[in-house]
Amino acid sequence: MSEPLLRLEGVETDIGRYHILHGVDLTVPTGAVTMLLGRNGVGKTTTLRSIMGHWPTKAGRIVLDWQDIAAWPTPDRARAGIGYVPENMGIFTDLTVEENMVLAAASGPLDPARLETIFEAFPPLRTFWRNEAGNLSGGQKQMLSIARAMAERRRLYLIDEPTKGLAPAIVATMASALKRLKADGATILMVEQNFAVAKALGDHAAVMDDGRVAWTGSMAELAGDADLQQRLMGLSMEVP
Amino acid sequence: MIARLLSGDRPGSRILSLIVIAIFLCLALAPFLFPGVRSLETAARIAIFIVLAASYDLLLGYTGIVSFAHTVFFGMGAYGVGLATQQMGRGFPALATGALAGAVAAAVLAFVIALFSLRVRAIFFAMITLAVASAVAVLVSQLSSITGGEDGFTFQIPRELGPALRLGEVMGVDVSGKTLNYYLVFTSCLILFLLMLRIVNSPFGRTLQAIRENDFRAEAIGYRVVWYRTVATCLSAGIAALAGSLFAIWLRYVGPETTLSFEIMLDLLLMVVIGGMGTIWGAAIGATLLVLAQTYLQDLMSGASEATAAVPILARLLDPDRWLLWLGVLFILSVYFFPTGIVGRLRGR
Amino acid sequence: MSAAPDHTPTMAALGLAEKLGRAMPLLLVPLLILIGIPAVGNTSSWLTLTVSGLAMGMMIFIMASGLTLVFGLMDVINFGHGAFISVGAFVGISTLAALGSWSGAPSLVLNLAAVLAAAIAAMAVTGALGWGFERVIVKPVYGAHLKQILVTVGGLIVIEQLIAVIWGPEEIFLTRPESLKGAITFAGAALEKYRLLAVGVGLVLFVAMRLVFRRTKIGLIVRAGVENGEMVEALGYRLRRVFIGTFIAGSALAGLGGVMWGLYEEVITAGMGEEMMILVFIVVIIGGLGSVEGAFIGALLVGLLQNYVAYVEPKAALVSNIGLMTAILMWRPQGMMPVVKAK
Repeated sequence: MSEPLLRLEGVETDIGRYHILHGVDLTVPTGAVTMLLGRNGVGKTTTLRSIMGHWPTKAGRIVLDWQDIAAWPTPDRARAGIGYVPENMGIFTDLTVEENMVLAAASGPLDPARLETIFEAFPPLRTFWRNEAGNLSGGQKQMLSIARAMAERRRLYLIDEPTKGLAPAIVATMASALKRLKADGATILMVEQNFAVAKALGDHAAVMDDGRVAWTGSMAELAGDADLQQRLMGLSMEVP
Repeated sequence: MIARLLSGDRPGSRILSLIVIAIFLCLALAPFLFPGVRSLETAARIAIFIVLAASYDLLLGYTGIVSFAHTVFFGMGAYGVGLATQQMGRGFPALATGALAGAVAAAVLAFVIALFSLRVRAIFFAMITLAVASAVAVLVSQLSSITGGEDGFTFQIPRELGPALRLGEVMGVDVSGKTLNYYLVFTSCLILFLLMLRIVNSPFGRTLQAIRENDFRAEAIGYRVVWYRTVATCLSAGIAALAGSLFAIWLRYVGPETTLSFEIMLDLLLMVVIGGMGTIWGAAIGATLLVLAQTYLQDLMSGASEATAAVPILARLLDPDRWLLWLGVLFILSVYFFPTGIVGRLRGR
Repeated sequence: MSAAPDHTPTMAALGLAEKLGRAMPLLLVPLLILIGIPAVGNTSSWLTLTVSGLAMGMMIFIMASGLTLVFGLMDVINFGHGAFISVGAFVGISTLAALGSWSGAPSLVLNLAAVLAAAIAAMAVTGALGWGFERVIVKPVYGAHLKQILVTVGGLIVIEQLIAVIWGPEEIFLTRPESLKGAITFAGAALEKYRLLAVGVGLVLFVAMRLVFRRTKIGLIVRAGVENGEMVEALGYRLRRVFIGTFIAGSALAGLGGVMWGLYEEVITAGMGEEMMILVFIVVIIGGLGSVEGAFIGALLVGLLQNYVAYVEPKAALVSNIGLMTAILMWRPQGMMPVVKAK
């Protein structure tokens, strides 16, 4: 197994007076999809935001390849090859779909071949290319959010609940797009509440509880053990 | 007993207490300690601006509202007294009516402004008050038939308060109606100051502070933030108007320069911030400091400017007209390094 | 595969009400101009006033654009913006005075060159001053609005006093360059040449700004940054540099506005920036914080209203603008075209 792309060691993060992360240890293997799971409020989004630098960490290391980026400003972390798909999508509603994508390709012009791939995965983006992103539906916005991350080759994708609040048909579109990404050999760290999607995409799993990682292992192991799921997340995650 | 008078809000530090006592004594005995027209003028100004600055602190420091329209209330009190005297003839009834009318009008205006501020963001509000204050100043200058325009107008105060009334000699100093006028101003200011201490140390005042800290939370706990803010604004405005009335009575004159100018608004800001926001005592210290600086610093600077005449740029920097430059620098420094003001510093925060 | 409800295009034609809502601010300016005709009375005066109003509006727009952009992008409220207006005016006019031979010559080319030199000098100095101001005064108080208001007011006071130290406390009168003096007659109305120039400059600047915002990457970054600065950083852009650049540009624009205003009024004082700030604030409030287009429309409205009302009833001029501001805030409490901020 190759060296992990990302390692978190003892990461602690406060938000204002609230102590959210109490020492997160996490390993994200290269070329695989790691699912970050857990009940609401345990600190999954905070972990992603800490990796991205949106929340400063109080203690601990965030090692990307071999560099500790914990003190780096956010733009530098992005330029190191991290693509971020936030929970609230972060779409620039005032800009067109095209402008959103152009902006997402920070290091140079949009690669037409990549764009084609994106259009194949998300057809509505081609249709509404020149329209204001604010006019897109919720699912289309989510597509745009992921598409932005795909605008350039990223070393690490941080994806926060890409299927939240979406209709099943769109969830399917999302899942297949993410599968393509995975097939390309991307390294992904994803927070996902939809266990079916998590099972389908995830290679590894890390379950958080109370600001720490409580369990790590393979997705297969977690998926096959309903008792384990119950223990870690309070209920079986299977969608009935 | 003193503690009850001060509503339990002691100055909080030895040095501060000494300074406060010194200010109090100097003001209380000003006609005798510092005989002379100029010093009495300065003392009266200090007393009035202490009250005005404290009323502004109520708004800025305790309620957390940034407003640039405070001078409008000050002016309303002043013009109230002046106009009432013009209409009703000289005498105490005119003064009382004018003061009352000014205070009520100010409270009403404050109420309207407060309602309006609910609809807009705090930043908008600050800018709007700036625009309104300028508009009022311009309007007053232009409606000269009523207000005397840019030059303002003088009016007559009761004979008992005028210098013509001789009352003999006390401790070697001539006591006249003017002395009585001074003590009217001083006593009223003292009462208003103690009143403000009462307000901020009451449950109402504590709620205000809670709201300033976190209005979201205060609302969640059940306090109607809107109501508290409105009442605070109206109280602040009413007291400012009363200060204005006293000022007009003292000067026997009212005009836009002395009441509505932006300079005064800036002075208030300086007083409250340098003195210490949210303490009321800070306003007292700040007002004293600033008025003394305005009056006497300029003399100092004029001397220094002449002394450095050889170095033109230095001379110009020290020119007495440039006193505001140094106060501006002090202001910026105090926002950065003494955010709690002199009072905060002395209290050890 | 049947399209799930979410898949069907939602680009339904905007309802008539929505379309009207979007267009309303744009229609206000022509509307006001039309109302001006009966209000003013005779067409030649109306024409003169309209040109004056537009000229004044353009200059206020130039001054206001920097302020609204800085607030929209950086969430920084700069009450010291007026200082840049004053400094720009003084630097510009001093430059013009130094180029007296150019400005006095009866040649349009030389005159314009002199004005251009004055403008460039003003913008360079205020831009540099803006950089210093941001580093020293603004940067330490990012995120704290109350402190920002206080220190920027302090900065305003200090800079204004320094103008008095450097240039002396009195107002300075000036005359416009030779070929920009006087007026041309058109349709029976006297239209001052300088004011026509001002309108032209303002339009050019507005178009240039629009082009920068819509066609360049930096414009994209600023527009995106106004909406969601965090996400822009997450895409790899160093927003702090964009901030500084925007602040410098905003200050330079204020300086340009100051020079132009000085030439308009033919007198400059240390406090002129402060005086203009009232109208600038009104414009920024009307337009919506962060919106350059809103500021443009707001500025034209304010300029026109000021001139129309001053003609009809001089005492009501400033009050009428307050009235306009109140009316617009009643209609749209956030201003006409507020920028939608992601939380």
